Amino acid sequence: MSVSVLQTVLENGQAVAAHRPWPRVIVTAETWTVLGSGLAGGAWTLLGLWGEVGWVHLALHESTSGFIGVASLACPEGRFPALGRLHPPAQRLERAISDLVGLQPVAAPDTRPWLDHGRWPLRHPLGNARAPTQPLPPYRFLPAEGESLHQIPVGPVHAGIIEPGHFRFTANGETVVRLEERLGYVHKGIEHLLSGASLEQAARLVGRVSGDSTVAYALAFARAVEAATATEIPTRAHWLRALMAELERLAHHCGDIGAICNDAAFALMLAHCAVLREQVLRASAACFGHRLLMDVVVPGGVARDLAASDVDLLRALVTDLRRQFAPLVELYDNTASLQDRTVGTGFVRPVLIQQFGCGGPIGRAGGRAFDARFTSAYPPYEQLGFAPLTRTDSDVNARVWLRIGEVGQSLALIEQILDQLPIGPVRVDVSRSGQAGEGMALIEGFRGDILVWLRLNADGTVARCHPRDPSWFQWPLLEAAIEGNIVADFPLCNKSFNGSYSGHDL
Amino acid sequence: MRTWLFRNVLRSPLTMPAPKPSAAALAELATRVDQTARQRLGRSLAIRQVDAGSCNGCELEIHALNNAFYDLERFGLHFVASPRHADVLLVTGPVTVNMKEALERTYAATPDPKWVVAVGDCGRDGGVFAGSYACVGGVAEVIPVDLHIPGCPPSPMQLLEGLLALLQAQ
Repeated sequence: MSVSVLQTVLENGQAVAAHRPWPRVIVTAETWTVLGSGLAGGAWTLLGLWGEVGWVHLALHESTSGFIGVASLACPEGRFPALGRLHPPAQRLERAISDLVGLQPVAAPDTRPWLDHGRWPLRHPLGNARAPTQPLPPYRFLPAEGESLHQIPVGPVHAGIIEPGHFRFTANGETVVRLEERLGYVHKGIEHLLSGASLEQAARLVGRVSGDSTVAYALAFARAVEAATATEIPTRAHWLRALMAELERLAHHCGDIGAICNDAAFALMLAHCAVLREQVLRASAACFGHRLLMDVVVPGGVARDLAASDVDLLRALVTDLRRQFAPLVELYDNTASLQDRTVGTGFVRPVLIQQFGCGGPIGRAGGRAFDARFTSAYPPYEQLGFAPLTRTDSDVNARVWLRIGEVGQSLALIEQILDQLPIGPVRVDVSRSGQAGEGMALIEGFRGDILVWLRLNADGTVARCHPRDPSWFQWPLLEAAIEGNIVADFPLCNKSFNGSYSGHDL
Repeated sequence: MRTWLFRNVLRSPLTMPAPKPSAAALAELATRVDQTARQRLGRSLAIRQVDAGSCNGCELEIHALNNAFYDLERFGLHFVASPRHADVLLVTGPVTVNMKEALERTYAATPDPKWVVAVGDCGRDGGVFAGSYACVGGVAEVIPVDLHIPGCPPSPMQLLEGLLALLQAQ
């Protein structure tokens, strides 16, 4: 590991005690802007940007050294220098801070509200909440000007069984000239509900930020709590958590591969992939009592142990899936009419992927070798043999192949976990030292890296918790991916991204 | 591909036997569904799913109804792309304030006679999100609900039992 420039910059600030495992420092406005310039220059990647009354927090990752740190800036005047003017990936996060906390990003290039649609009974729910005194101005979509352009508004209620969001297409004939997303429809006020919640309530809530990534979210929350309270959990619990995380990844990757092909009208693939997915969910229910594995990963360990007989069940599942999956891969590879739709469609420039710090299969299919399982190497992954898969072609086809590769990888990881699964207890009580503490975790879900930051009160309740979904850095790239493609290929591009609406809208 | 299709013709199906309609659902429906509406709808129902703020967990299990194990279409139930084609609205989520109007407009766009099925614990009373400034809490707060299928999320089998009760109620 090389010397971390980021660490050196942050050392100028005042370190906050009891923030684990990575440092958090209070910085000046000058350092804040230096950090913004570093982001813009590509020295660091934005991991998260969130606010609370009087403060904004910025989480950063330096890929050359692997260093992760949080910078906090006091905002006594209710303002902070906007990073979005230097670094576009920060813009939507800053708009959300402005909506939820009421802190104003100064000189922000885009001052439109983001999550607040002007319908809530109060403004700035996470700040000094008050009833709205006047309605928000009508939302203005960005202009697209030119001859023979027309607009297609889609959503929030979509045609399929999917989450709600609004897409505003501007097209020239069949070709998309601009896509602008408007999200926030499924904003449930989760961060507000989390403030003051007990650990049990909070774990259930965070496990439902995005129901498809419930294991990854619950794991991120549990690890952040364990970091904040300096709780050591039993080794077997680490391994069972990884087992569940891989089952979740396996189920969703199988589902996604089928669904992408289905959006190219190749229903056969969906029919077969859906069977594989169902087999994983049934095995999950048999082993852990819930098809999606909700509420099994808890602070302190796991709520349910794996029975010895279930190890055989999972081994049989792995063998069976390998046998069934191989011919499906061959089918994808040999169907030229399907690849005619996926190859070259929805290309995302790798430079954008780097700039946005886009994670998950989308990032890795565009050459960004970031995988939190590997990069932040939480247990037991540091003991498992694997490395992130990457591709450079960055189109729909690349995202299909990347998921295919990761299905094989997850199957291999499940086998390794079953082979090495230690015995022993699976849960301890979270340490209650009677002191406040702060913790953070970065976990690789099937969609990408999930960040959870939290501060616990001395009585063990949650003071503030911020879960950041990988989709924050993926949705903006979908706007770029569709440019120049035809409208009819949008479902294909969208499915190859499979961004989370619920996780993003919070 | 031809080999694939041929092989599947010879294989025995994965589809599970139909479950019995849920007794609780039948009881709830008996008091709510109008006799004339039942006669007009027949034994085939078009379903429009509306996510009104769900965490996406319910959507995953609703999706699973279409897989080979549950094969929803064998019962004459199928998902449609527009509320204008629908007999049934299958609504999930604690109804976020930001989705309330969209749900009302979807309901208004669905031709009569129509049924509303609220799916999941959130659809019943807001679930874990109840009490938030951003959630209305329960589908019945916004539009009339004929049937609740609770669960977090309900399994495909529970969904199937509830939906079969809709057909049975006729």
